[in-house]
Amino acid sequence: MSEVIALGKAGAAIRTANDAGRGALVAYLPAGYPSYDGGIDAIKALVDGGADVLEIGFPYSDPVMDGVTVQRASEAALAAGLRTRDVLSTVEKLASYSDVPVLVMTYWNPIERYGVDRFAADLAGAGGAGLITPDLIPDEGAEWIASADKHDLDKVFLVSPSSTDERIRMTTAACRGFVYATAVMGVTGTREKPSDLAAPLVARTKAATGVPVGVGLGVSNADQAAGVAAFADAVIVGSAFVKVVEAGEGPAGVRRLTESLAEGVRREPSTAASR
Amino acid sequence: MSTVLPDQLGHFGRFGGRFMPEALIAPLDELTRAWQEAMADPEFTGEFDRMLREYAGVPSLLYDATRLSEAAGARILLKREDLNHTGAHKVRNALGQALLTKRMGKTRVIAETGAGQHGVATATACAYLDLECVVYMGEVDTERQALNVARMKLLGAEVISVKTGSRTLKDAINDALRDWVASVDKTHYILGTAAGAHPFPAMVRDFVRGIGDEARAQSLELLGRLPDAAVASVGGGSNAIGLFAAFIPDAEVKLYGIEPGGDGFETGRHAATISAGQVGVLHGARSFLLQDEDGQTIESHSISAGLDYPGVGPEHAWLADTGRASYRPITDAEAMEAFRLLSRTEGIIPAIESAHAVAGALDIAKELGPEATILVNLSGRGDKDMDTASKWFGLIDAPEAGRE
Repeated sequence: MSEVIALGKAGAAIRTANDAGRGALVAYLPAGYPSYDGGIDAIKALVDGGADVLEIGFPYSDPVMDGVTVQRASEAALAAGLRTRDVLSTVEKLASYSDVPVLVMTYWNPIERYGVDRFAADLAGAGGAGLITPDLIPDEGAEWIASADKHDLDKVFLVSPSSTDERIRMTTAACRGFVYATAVMGVTGTREKPSDLAAPLVARTKAATGVPVGVGLGVSNADQAAGVAAFADAVIVGSAFVKVVEAGEGPAGVRRLTESLAEGVRREPSTAASR
Repeated sequence: MSTVLPDQLGHFGRFGGRFMPEALIAPLDELTRAWQEAMADPEFTGEFDRMLREYAGVPSLLYDATRLSEAAGARILLKREDLNHTGAHKVRNALGQALLTKRMGKTRVIAETGAGQHGVATATACAYLDLECVVYMGEVDTERQALNVARMKLLGAEVISVKTGSRTLKDAINDALRDWVASVDKTHYILGTAAGAHPFPAMVRDFVRGIGDEARAQSLELLGRLPDAAVASVGGGSNAIGLFAAFIPDAEVKLYGIEPGGDGFETGRHAATISAGQVGVLHGARSFLLQDEDGQTIESHSISAGLDYPGVGPEHAWLADTGRASYRPITDAEAMEAFRLLSRTEGIIPAIESAHAVAGALDIAKELGPEATILVNLSGRGDKDMDTASKWFGLIDAPEAGRE
């Protein structure tokens, strides 16, 4: 029973992909970048290119988990006047664009400031699927967990190579949707070579939970995506998309990269098929 | 009132805690264990005391400032932390955490700095204990505190100028945290103030609480009783919590935190976090912070780089919330007037941070009356601020002289 509940919206989409014998592609772009409308068009291109789950980044003034690429995009979005209500309306527009689940990835303070339960209600009302919370651990998350459950939202917490098995058990027990496994000890950003910390972390996480496990941090191309899809349920890509937008390649460029990554997660061998 | 806060998860009432990436939770747990074991180990505490005494010049003097008292209209005692090695209270925390770094078997230290005082103290402790040292400093601060950048480099530290965000202290902390999450295996982050995620607020407090412990004993010796009030400036809050900690159980001693009022409340250009901020989460803890309607951090403003921070340590938020301490702003102009007054009456040039506390004490003296004895933490010396002071008072004949 808990398995069914913990799949939630994003988890169901990931399992649909896994059932088709492939890894799922979770794609990230921030709201409001390069502009409010331009951001919506770029995120739509993620859907058009074949993303299975969307992560909409909530730009924040002090993004300590992010490398320079996402920092610059966040600063630009905020400088252009992006507000919390604009993040919610971006979610609403994407949720009505397709059936692809829309999660918001956010640092905690903007949610606390808006009001945790109020944000959960408005996110659900906008058709959002839930939150990914990089600086909120379940130990501090009682209010969010209660509100998410009340409004039927996914709760995606992070696990890390440094997490103890005990913390992995506790954290995954609080997750619904998927578990975000950070592949490296570090911040977001594209990396040359794949991390050798990711596979052992996924194995430890899967030993603790039936909730799907997504791997993020450092994945930027189809080969890397194929490599990660061989051991994880979902591949999370963010900074590589932001770089495409930053380079001015527009929705067409975003769609090209999405299609390439979508091909990557479909390559054999994918252990996902054996689930 | 209980002094055993925080609880096991680092909460001071509703403040504090850990709002940090999961990657840092296990390292923070390890740090908490290492710190608690160290503080219970006489070998560690003995070595810390020895370093403070023989190297840092602690205990600092408690000085009966009679000419300042005459001007203030109440008796003012100055805790002379400005006389410590490196010129501020910061050396206590830096030595404590550097010694803990060695104990944990780590070889590299990172730190953030605003005015440069914590960066210099950390670079000093690392030179003394043979540790690799990298200091993050906002680009704006490297410009207004160029002398301290030179000091850190001379001491062997690498200084990284942070060019993101507002390019001040908060952004230096962001970049230090980004470094730490990628390097935590061999690196300890010596946070410079009693803020951040657990165990930092409690750990930093315990390393600097000698300020108040000494001042309390010195007051009893000098006065035969405790002072009526204890006053300290509050940016992140380390010198203030260091002074307050010893007095929190003494209900008869009023505690005053002096916040940087910048150009004045009404202008919005200030860094008076408790007086004007709201509850929120920044840099790993729930506390008061300067934020907009959407929870985005607002840039703070103060003539004092060391107080120019939009957050504050969670124990201060708790002391304010419970009413045990009160917090009030002092403007740049009031602080600079006190800076001049202390220089002229006592021959002591204070750090501009500490000048805020002196200015606050002048107001409190009027409120408490001539019988009152007010203990002020003179947290640092003013050498680093001479460029700012010269411009403010027009002391140097140069084309660019005059107020910034």
